[in-house]
Amino acid sequence: MNAFLETFFKPNLIAQYLPSILRGVVTTIEIAFAVVVTGLVLGLLLAIIRSFQIKPVNALIVIFVDMFRALPPLVIVLLVYFGLPNVGISIPSFAVLWLVLSLVLAAFAEEIFWAGILSVPKGQWEAARSTGLTFLATLGYIVLPQAVRLTVPPITNRTVAITKNTALGMVIGVPEILNQATSAQSFSGNATPLMMGALAYIVLFIPVVALGRFLETRFAWRRG
Amino acid sequence: MQLTLPVTEPILRVRALRKSFGATEVLRGIDLKVDAQELVFIIGPSGSGKSTLLRCCNRLEEPTSGAVHLGGVDLMARGTDINAMRRKIGMVFQSFNLYPHMTALGNVTLALRKVAGKSRAEADTLGMAALDRVGLAAKAKSYSSELSGGQQQRVAIARALALEPTVMLFDEPTSALDPELVGSVLAVMRELKAAGMTMLVVSHEMRFARDAADRVIFMDHGVIVEEGAPAELFGAPKEPRTRAFIAELTR
Repeated sequence: MNAFLETFFKPNLIAQYLPSILRGVVTTIEIAFAVVVTGLVLGLLLAIIRSFQIKPVNALIVIFVDMFRALPPLVIVLLVYFGLPNVGISIPSFAVLWLVLSLVLAAFAEEIFWAGILSVPKGQWEAARSTGLTFLATLGYIVLPQAVRLTVPPITNRTVAITKNTALGMVIGVPEILNQATSAQSFSGNATPLMMGALAYIVLFIPVVALGRFLETRFAWRRG
Repeated sequence: MQLTLPVTEPILRVRALRKSFGATEVLRGIDLKVDAQELVFIIGPSGSGKSTLLRCCNRLEEPTSGAVHLGGVDLMARGTDINAMRRKIGMVFQSFNLYPHMTALGNVTLALRKVAGKSRAEADTLGMAALDRVGLAAKAKSYSSELSGGQQQRVAIARALALEPTVMLFDEPTSALDPELVGSVLAVMRELKAAGMTMLVVSHEMRFARDAADRVIFMDHGVIVEEGAPAELFGAPKEPRTRAFIAELTR
């Protein structure tokens, strides 16, 4: 028992590395927030563009979405961070992580929002258009509000899953939680900083999961 | 001095209308006119094209060829703003299609605000008046899930009515209703007729057609087989196909 505490919860190491872990938390929050906003907005935008049903445009969207859903995010992160400098484009590690995760989230979100748009009955479109509402007004006032409500649970799950990938920042030197924790671990030769990192993730993501559950019930309405 | 009245154009005129879905020709040359304040009933077996005809009248369905004129305006013409024209063509659907995320009043006022450009206060006043006409002012704050089918359909009628259309299209408005709820919807339609609304109705409510319609059209396989006053068409149909259909209905 004592050995367990010594390995994972050593008090002096907690005190020593708390500041750097907290700096990691701030960095993770910054990236996660930027990724959620960019990814969801871009995903919704792509789903809206897709609803115009312009064939070549939709083909491009589908190619983008399928690629980013198929590739492991780590592979894209490494390709962008270590590959692009060879062609003269070098992007700071923080920006690489933000960009890649945003695109991955956008790809998944597009697919989910698109499924939501398709699940709104055709009669809703027809009723709205028959009163003279334009395509865009119908999309904005009638279809999207219903589609977005339906997609709250899958979108929350996907968003949590992808923002957790901020931990990939470790491999390209973004000073986020896991990076701070692993370097502290190698300096100290003790797993306490890793446990602190794990706890930081829990503290960070439990509220997000709870918020998703709240939104689910808040946005649900009885269907006639 | 004597004034010559202009020859009255029908409100709605359909000419040589054709519609194909792929290789299937659903409408095969339809000519139809609806005069002001007239209630025209379209009957016919399922698959006869009557719903498609109705949906071509506001271009929810794009006709393959032919013309639809509303108040003299060609709905197919390039320069015609179809959204502006649709304001004048109220449509009521078999499945009501109320917006589930809005209250009854929200359903009725959306197009008033976003298409007719009324302020929220103006729209609410007009919306309440429309709900009152269908007897549902008390349900203004209810969502569709809290309304019976008959009430939902009456809200849908109010939604179309609020825009003060010049003609209303009813696509089997009572087919999805439980029998005991049909009466309330037909009563509203009767009142509209009494108030002088021009109506084109696709429905199987034969008794209502007999009582309220000015003219009944029998369609089969994408053509108008026969038309006439209800007493004529139901009492003494000329065409064998009409006779067979009516015999089947009254069996």
